[in-house]
Amino acid sequence: MTTILLSNIEIIPGKRVSQHLGLVLGSTVRAKHAGKDIMAGLKNIFGGELGGYTELLSEARQEATDRMTEQAKVIGANAVINVRYSTSSIAAGASEILAYGTAVFLEER
Amino acid sequence: MDALIQLGIFATLLGFGFFFGRRAEAKHYQSIFAREDELRQIVVSTDRFPPKEFMNHNAALVSGNVVISVDYFKRVSAGLRALVGGRIRSYETLLDRARREALLRMQEQARIAGAEAIINTKFETSRVSGNNNKGIGSIEVLAYGTALSPKALEASTFTL
Repeated sequence: MTTILLSNIEIIPGKRVSQHLGLVLGSTVRAKHAGKDIMAGLKNIFGGELGGYTELLSEARQEATDRMTEQAKVIGANAVINVRYSTSSIAAGASEILAYGTAVFLEER
Repeated sequence: MDALIQLGIFATLLGFGFFFGRRAEAKHYQSIFAREDELRQIVVSTDRFPPKEFMNHNAALVSGNVVISVDYFKRVSAGLRALVGGRIRSYETLLDRARREALLRMQEQARIAGAEAIINTKFETSRVSGNNNKGIGSIEVLAYGTALSPKALEASTFTL
């Protein structure tokens, strides 16, 4: 299984787009857990980084990226270019993370 | 009596926020300055196309994120400021710290991958809801871009 190249630029150095396969996307909705929420409540008094949330959101982003990559693999792409991330909070304590990009087939130039 | 206790709690929180928040911010800025010096050799740019000298490099996505929260004292002072309008310094430094931290984490990931430059850097800011949606509380900043590393080093897979 070849790994899919991910990038947020349109032109990959040394490669040529031979097939354009369209938009692929992956999203996930995550909620934080109560224990971490209490810790976050404390941090809201003292200030500083909320490590639990940082981790949660980066895991969620990884998940969204994986789903996008999976979709790209299914349609026979070997790269996803022009990748964008988007985050929205849909309800208190839950956030949606979306990753989207253009699936393409790249060839060595 | 009840009102006195509540006032006491408020004053204590204010005091904790002022004391610990200031210390945390000063420490964070110090570490940001130190790491920025260390990572200066990695070029970060917002160009959409790779520069000529990087035309033969490998490209891969790198990112860094951080969730950061403002302390109680600053939240109260920001609330007061909102009454009269004007610059809210406490939130300005919060966002500044978050952006620079995210950028540094992205650069660190690029350094591990042996990259020389990061192009098409994008920022993404979102509010972490919770705390009954009061105030901005905590924010998340994500920085991502395409790292360009020399061909000799084989491209490895990156985790976000």
